[in-house]
Amino acid sequence: MTQTQTLLNTGLAQMLKGGVIMDVVNEEQARIAEAAGASAVMALERVPADIRAQGGVARMSDPDLIDGITAAVSIPVMAKARIGHFVEAQILETLGVDYIDESEVLSPADFVNHIDKSVFKVPFVCGATNLGEALRRITEGASMIRSKGEAGTGDVSEAMRHLRTINSEIRALGAKSEDELYVAAKEHAAPYHLIKQVAGLGRLPVVTFVAGGIATPADAAMMMQLGADGVFVGSGIFKSGNPEARAKAIVEATTHFDDPIAVAKASRGLGDAMVGINVADVPAPHRLAERGW
Amino acid sequence: MRVGVLSLQGAFREHLGVLDSLGADCCKVTRPEHLENIDSIILPGGESSAMVRIAATTELFPALGEKISAGLPVFGTCAGLILLADRLTDASLDGFDRLGGLDVTVARNAYGRQRESFCAPVQVTGLDGTFDATFIRAPQILNLGTGVDVLSEYAEVPVLVRQGNIWGGSFHPELGTDLRIHEEFLHSLGATV
Repeated sequence: MTQTQTLLNTGLAQMLKGGVIMDVVNEEQARIAEAAGASAVMALERVPADIRAQGGVARMSDPDLIDGITAAVSIPVMAKARIGHFVEAQILETLGVDYIDESEVLSPADFVNHIDKSVFKVPFVCGATNLGEALRRITEGASMIRSKGEAGTGDVSEAMRHLRTINSEIRALGAKSEDELYVAAKEHAAPYHLIKQVAGLGRLPVVTFVAGGIATPADAAMMMQLGADGVFVGSGIFKSGNPEARAKAIVEATTHFDDPIAVAKASRGLGDAMVGINVADVPAPHRLAERGW
Repeated sequence: MRVGVLSLQGAFREHLGVLDSLGADCCKVTRPEHLENIDSIILPGGESSAMVRIAATTELFPALGEKISAGLPVFGTCAGLILLADRLTDASLDGFDRLGGLDVTVARNAYGRQRESFCAPVQVTGLDGTFDATFIRAPQILNLGTGVDVLSEYAEVPVLVRQGNIWGGSFHPELGTDLRIHEEFLHSLGATV
């Protein structure tokens, strides 16, 4: 990837920071998300909770659906391609989506390789559960990282685990001497130059959002206090009792994350949160976070 | 001499980083009370539709708008330019407080979607050589009032303008490594950096 392309790709993610990116399945939901102050929408056919409930192979959405959502809002539109499905990514690029999510929420198309994201003009966001995985995705050309969390559960504990793991692995790098970073690169199965860069920066070299199981303003504010640059909310908004109010409240809590009075105010009167499933009750083969490597 | 950076959403960290490396005293602005201790303000890129809605939960924009019309130096980049424009070509932000004060008409996302985003060298008044400008889903400046000076153009369209205390740009001087536009803004405040 050229330096200019990297600047443009990572630059858009920088513009999304401090914001909330919301999953939407139709134009009406997209308008609700924009009206609530979302910094982008993720266009897809089924939110993760429904993918989980209905089962079957989950694929890229119909281009008509994505076009409809793109026409309905003025904010950036993201869409998901299956892990390794480079043709779905090519299609999304021709549709003019602003970001592609190579996502474990869909059924993987390749159990060995991820998409070579460096050959695209459109930037990619990818999920990660630890530092090595994040750096492997960046090596392949990802311009933004998000925690995987456990999508469609409304249970924030996995997103928490992923973000804390990435953060503590970064801190551990910072404590190493330069000659120890060669072994660290081996241990994280990531390129030395990225390991060295992360050790120097004290954070990933790209914007890092949190995703998977965020359902309340408090969830969002907690992740921001732990250092997330922003929040993806999938099923948590449109599977709740009052999506308009909840969407606005999560945006407000994400902006004023370090002000408990503001987060408390945002948490009032939102109606029912999504019912959700405890991650511990999801049998291992149905855990989406374990897809990708 | 303290520079505030509007930090509701978007690239505020990048602006704060540039100001820091120029040795400027800077701070985040998210609430009306943060306006009391600043001598100028930068409005970053991001999503203007998210910013106006987040701002609507406090009295920040009316208070900031008054300060700007009373002469507070301000520099809006990308989404920040949209907040400062007196006129927009579309209705997507209607019904929300913006700031206004810059006598221009701006079209949101007029340079296209992300795949049309680009970098280009531009000439900037007061700078030697060219400046590599980064345009991301950028807004376009269409019509200028008579009091507005053009500091830079790309393809014969203004991309950096100034009207007294108000600076506005379509591109992102906070991305990349060239700090000269921030330096020019700070010089205009009388800062020695």
